[in-house]
Amino acid sequence: MNARAQQLLSLADDELILGWRDSEWTGIAPTLEEDVAFSSIAQNEIGHARALYELAAVELDTDADALAFDRTPDEYRCAPLVQLHLLDWAHTIARRYLYEEADRVRIDALKRGDDAELAGLAAKIDREETYHRLHAELWAARLRDEPRFRDAVEELWPYALGVLEPELRPVLAGRVGLSVESTQAVERGEHAEAFTQLHDEMTEVRRSAPGQQW
Amino acid sequence: MDARTQEFLAYVQDGGQVEATDWLPDEYRQKLIKFIEMHANSELMGVLPEREWILKAPTLQRKLALTAKVQDEVGHAQLIYRIAEDLGKPRDAMFADLISGKAKFHNVFHYPTKTWGDVGVIAWLVDAAAIISQKALLKCSYAPYARIMKKICWEESFHILHGRDVILAMMTGSDVQRELVQEALNRWWGPLMQFHGNPISREEDPMYVWRIKSQGNEEARQQFLEGYVPQIWELGLTVPDPNLRRTDDGVWEYSEPDWAELKSVVTGHGPRSQDRLAFRARFLEQEKWVRDSLLAA
Amino acid sequence: MVFEVFRQERKGQPFAHAGSVEAPDAAFADAWAREQYGRRGESEALWLVPRDAVHQITEWADEFDLKYRRVDGYSIKSRLKEARERAGTAAPEPG
Repeated sequence: MNARAQQLLSLADDELILGWRDSEWTGIAPTLEEDVAFSSIAQNEIGHARALYELAAVELDTDADALAFDRTPDEYRCAPLVQLHLLDWAHTIARRYLYEEADRVRIDALKRGDDAELAGLAAKIDREETYHRLHAELWAARLRDEPRFRDAVEELWPYALGVLEPELRPVLAGRVGLSVESTQAVERGEHAEAFTQLHDEMTEVRRSAPGQQW
Repeated sequence: MDARTQEFLAYVQDGGQVEATDWLPDEYRQKLIKFIEMHANSELMGVLPEREWILKAPTLQRKLALTAKVQDEVGHAQLIYRIAEDLGKPRDAMFADLISGKAKFHNVFHYPTKTWGDVGVIAWLVDAAAIISQKALLKCSYAPYARIMKKICWEESFHILHGRDVILAMMTGSDVQRELVQEALNRWWGPLMQFHGNPISREEDPMYVWRIKSQGNEEARQQFLEGYVPQIWELGLTVPDPNLRRTDDGVWEYSEPDWAELKSVVTGHGPRSQDRLAFRARFLEQEKWVRDSLLAA
Repeated sequence: MVFEVFRQERKGQPFAHAGSVEAPDAAFADAWAREQYGRRGESEALWLVPRDAVHQITEWADEFDLKYRRVDGYSIKSRLKEARERAGTAAPEPG
């Protein structure tokens, strides 16, 4: 698989799995109003994943759904951060906040990169991300003094670093005010324990009738 | 009934509507809150059976559509609870009554979902049954409620289309997939026939008397059968009721629904009633600190 | 706090009351109303107003006959007929 396809899959897998995790909050978010807003974020992430899979599908001569659902767990290239099962609000918002910061750094680099097609898609994603960032910042500000939230951010920080290529990590550290040097990043490659179960659940229906339309 | 209440009753029976700031007879206000609360509870509890299938959706398109559909239902719950709050019942009190069983939610949301076939049947037929009731509420005597029904009905229109699309994909798919649809239909038919409630006459139904509902239960059920049995039959699916038929007068005949089952289920004895309420209670409790922090200055 | 939401469906149309959201402040109200009333691109614009800021008027003085300043206070049919008869003219053909 060429480097471009690998990169596209890393990006797409991050968005798909984070979107999948965020969609777990449907119906059980802290308030009904927040439930509706949070669901839009999850859908947007899946939408971004779909657009990225479609680019990768051209490279790999397949289709977006096959890439999203038909690979084995070890073929996915998502960062461990997005795989973690974090069904409590403090950790969920901490992850959203850190992921949006990391993603912003990554998107900026893609927009300035040589790959015109990917730069164009990154710009589109960036415009939608404006609202995700507003949302994350709103909650981060509201929960700023809440120990649960601060502890969650610290706990997830090594995972957040692992979302980015090493050369981009200092930028992220500068933005969130945490340290790169004294932190051991949790790198891509080895999946979190929770991923196998996630993959099972995500692919259950599809595997029940392989090759069929749904 | 005192004169002022009598006048109010005549007014609403004549098609009149009232607002949140109008004088409302106590009996009307109580019945209204109860009705609206059950509707809101149903939208909220209806999320749970469908939620697990968002996670298992077999294509990106289906995942997006199902997430959007369920998001709409949460949105409907928000709209409807707000109406009840403005009538004087706080949201927390409504959640507490839902969890304790004091307040009810519709029968269909007490049953398990077992396969992707259920996903299609729910979006196509359960939502269709609900829309019939919801369209009738567009004429509710309580205007704030009638007005939000417009947004609700508009959003529901995509749900049915999505449901039909899911069903059609399976009915034109493999034998395994076709069987999923038939099997799901076999399980959902009973609850669907009970959904609109037992056929008491309109005049005996307090909700109709006060024009909160503008349609009797049997009227709604007949509309459902008239609209959807032909759609079911044209796909080659069978309805598990040998007595189901349309007479020459256009009236649908069917086997008597199990009213005892309906009563048992809505009073919290359905197959999934208690664990779904427990699931909801668990997250309400777990995230209480978040709501507290939202209330803080 | 309850925020009333007014919604404009298309450019040029009036803002109509669409519902309300409960939020701790205007920033949350924005984030939440945006999705509840605009996630399908169904709204051109929204106005969010704290409920306290909305003043309702429902009472009117209705003592005297105000028909002189309304359309339903005028019935010109019979006088018009008489005027045409005097002038020997017919009603103009509908254009």
